[in-house]
Amino acid sequence: MTAAQYGICLSGVVRREALRWLNQRGRFISALVRPLVWLAIFAAGFHFVLGVSIIPPYETYIPYEVYIAPGLLAMIQLFNGMQSSLSMVYDREMGSMKTLMISPFPRWFLLLAKLLAGVVVSIVQAYIFLAIAWFWEIEPPIGGYVAVLPALVLAGLMLGALGLVLSSFIRQLENFAGVMNFVIFPMFFTSSALYPLWRVAEASPVIYWLSEINPFTHATELIRFALYDRLNLLSALIVTGYLVVFVFLAVWGYDPGRGLIARRAGAE
Amino acid sequence: MALEAPALAIEDLSHAFGARKVLDRVSLSVGRGDFTVLLGLNGAGKTTLFALITRLYLSHSGLISVFGHDIKKEAQAALRCMGVVFQQSTLDLDLTLEENLFYHAALHGMRRKLAAARIGEELARVGLAERRRERVRVLSGGQRRRVELARALIHNPSLLLLDEPTVGLDMASRQFLLDHVRGLCTSQGLGVLWATHLIDEAGPDARIVILHQGRVRAAGERAEILARTGEVTLKAAFDRIIADGAAKRGGETS
Repeated sequence: MTAAQYGICLSGVVRREALRWLNQRGRFISALVRPLVWLAIFAAGFHFVLGVSIIPPYETYIPYEVYIAPGLLAMIQLFNGMQSSLSMVYDREMGSMKTLMISPFPRWFLLLAKLLAGVVVSIVQAYIFLAIAWFWEIEPPIGGYVAVLPALVLAGLMLGALGLVLSSFIRQLENFAGVMNFVIFPMFFTSSALYPLWRVAEASPVIYWLSEINPFTHATELIRFALYDRLNLLSALIVTGYLVVFVFLAVWGYDPGRGLIARRAGAE
Repeated sequence: MALEAPALAIEDLSHAFGARKVLDRVSLSVGRGDFTVLLGLNGAGKTTLFALITRLYLSHSGLISVFGHDIKKEAQAALRCMGVVFQQSTLDLDLTLEENLFYHAALHGMRRKLAAARIGEELARVGLAERRRERVRVLSGGQRRRVELARALIHNPSLLLLDEPTVGLDMASRQFLLDHVRGLCTSQGLGVLWATHLIDEAGPDARIVILHQGRVRAAGERAEILARTGEVTLKAAFDRIIADGAAKRGGETS
């Protein structure tokens, strides 16, 4: 296989992911509406309850809507990562995984292509959200819109890789509700997405430390700082570390020799 | 790659899921241009065999080679010359016929222009060229199968594997698929392994492999199998072979 053929394969996988996203109306609409519901309803409700003091990267007092916007961007990516990867678990989707796996390209490359395709889709969603959020006076500096792109790529890859790991290891995720309850909600709530961690520390040190090791917290902080044109190096390093671990586990999980796919097939 | 290597050669292949042995020392081969029918009841191990040939997972014992390429050591070369129709449909229902096929072509590294030409040819052969821009969801079961067959052939494979391709299809669709694939064997020298539990799908000239409880119980031309069992019909021969296998197994365990 030549380098050009690798490129063709990658663009084919991305193209399919994008077409599927556009064609599945329900998924398309809910992906856009979900964060907006949080912004319009949840944030409005808490607008006067939660005051956010001046914490980096913000240079002034900010309304609650502004605080949770980066967390909602990360949530878009979390949902997307879980959805595109965990969909492989389901029967019909297991079929589409087969189509991918019998391609003559190396398996690590196919998994990476699948991962990148999910990230591309999630980034498009993130920018659409940012465009709409502008009407809620979430107006980061122009530079922030550019600087957030690499942050979204890194965070999206990490969360997508986590989805791949789950899809290869977890056998009994019957439906998306299970993932919501056991992965998405715990990750979302024990993170800095909805409230600053210093507030959590006051309430519960345990939850504070859980939040500190939660990859989602660092995805959120990476995005938050980037959106204001600043680099949160610690979060960037932690997200990268998790990415490496998750990619390694995903490649291991999909290895035909050790075969978690094989084990699952045996359970059928 | 040895020029005379068969399209598919399986030697002494075993596979187990935990303690449950699904394939037990299976050996078979499919020659170039051969239409080989893998006959077996549900649960005989056919689908596992397909998963191993297509490297969805690997076996720890035995050898699988495709045109001389060992699936473990030269997976890419082996997969490149293989076309597969799985038992369950693997099409994206919300995408159009050609979007599905373009995706497959990209997975084989085919340039879009070449892919477009091949898609046109293969869809025309299965009589669906006019519908290339429709979503798969609106097609009937038989039509979807035809699309899957077209898809498996886009990259010009020399070995075609079909796992129970006719399940749930009406007589006309079944016949169409059988005739089409048999035609490809003769016209293009395609080696075919056609797994089924429907005995009448093994035509008079087919090579037959009977798989039962993970073992190959008989293999050869139809006439050889009939002669060996002393039966007149393939159905009777199949039943006898399965019954003998069960008796033997019962004897082994008692």
